[in-house]
Amino acid sequence: MHEMSLCEGIIQILEEQAKTQNFQRVKTVWLEIGALAGVEISALEFSYDVISRGTIADSSVLKIIHLAATAECAGCKQTVNIDQRYLPCPNCGDYQLQITGGEQMRIKELEVE
Amino acid sequence: MCTVCGCGEGESRIEDENLEHSHAHQQHAHSHNANHDHNHDHDHDHDHNHDHSHGHHHYGHGAAGAHAPGLSQSRMVQIEQDILGKNDQYARHNRQHLSDLGIFTLNLVSSPGSGKTTLLTRTLNDLKSQLELSVIEGDQETSHDAQRIRQTGVKAIQINTGKGCHLDAHQIGHAIDSLQPPKGSVLFIENVGNLVCPAAFDLGEAHKVAILSVTEGEDKPVKYPDMFAAADLLLINKIDLLPYVQFDVDQCIEYARRIKPGLQVLQVSATSGAGMDNWYDWIKASRQARLIGHPAIG
Repeated sequence: MHEMSLCEGIIQILEEQAKTQNFQRVKTVWLEIGALAGVEISALEFSYDVISRGTIADSSVLKIIHLAATAECAGCKQTVNIDQRYLPCPNCGDYQLQITGGEQMRIKELEVE
Repeated sequence: MCTVCGCGEGESRIEDENLEHSHAHQQHAHSHNANHDHNHDHDHDHDHNHDHSHGHHHYGHGAAGAHAPGLSQSRMVQIEQDILGKNDQYARHNRQHLSDLGIFTLNLVSSPGSGKTTLLTRTLNDLKSQLELSVIEGDQETSHDAQRIRQTGVKAIQINTGKGCHLDAHQIGHAIDSLQPPKGSVLFIENVGNLVCPAAFDLGEAHKVAILSVTEGEDKPVKYPDMFAAADLLLINKIDLLPYVQFDVDQCIEYARRIKPGLQVLQVSATSGAGMDNWYDWIKASRQARLIGHPAIG
């Protein structure tokens, strides 16, 4: 449900950028979303459609760049890719995983005019 | 309008402070013309195996690299900004402000009905003679909880989030300004009952404390992992009901530590008082540790 607030955050950033970077319209937004960011992509896309209307991002396209989550395993000392927090190390089965990446939610770049 | 940050945003209301929302975002849906033909083609037109981080640059920068050269003034702008950057900025400000005043802040998070308010009111009654306390209450609607808190004699302010499902750092900044918690005090923030969204929003607290009651399932930590990953302490509440419910405490703790290795867990009952002294010791010890060398603390 917080996807609505995230979209308001996105539009706010776009409006600020429009002033500093001198553009009038946003056509495409690329977002980097980590696998553990806690974001439901379909809810994000739905919210974005609603929130972007009437703004400089009206009718813009949202493109999602999915980033894998990584963790360091205390068991086997390897860096591994994981899909969910509750899953064991795919290498050794240990649960002592320290998340090292995959929580990102960033606007990477924009196509503007 | 807010003089600190110029906001007029959101649907939230803070007691005694009329945060009128005049934020344009709220109105978009209403002014929308149905003829908007959103051509949302989510099929990416380039390969998204983005372990490399520069997949888009083949468009180039500036007009020359636009999709339809000559027809459009499109250009690419790299901004690399965190979506929650704004919240995190407010959170940093809150954390600095609270830390300057030596205010130890805990953000209590749980599902609705975990006994959070009961646990908090008992905590306030038991600790108010030893520590200065205040409370920020978050709920979608009503000020029932703030009233319950005030009956303990502790200062409380209610934030109603309206349609919002979580508290954010911006609301907390305003609430702190209104509440004026005293130097060296303990501030409890009772977040909106929701095990999902509040995990993502840093409020500037010292610790998130997750509360899970034995009337819920022991698998909550693996069902809602983000919240347990964000917490520094797990309170398993209502342990007086253990004889009557099917709840495997050891399994619950094992699940929680799968999500967050080393997570500290305390078993309590806010009704019977069992285990509550451990929770109070944790508050006092964590506060002391946080405030070592701080001038506000004698």
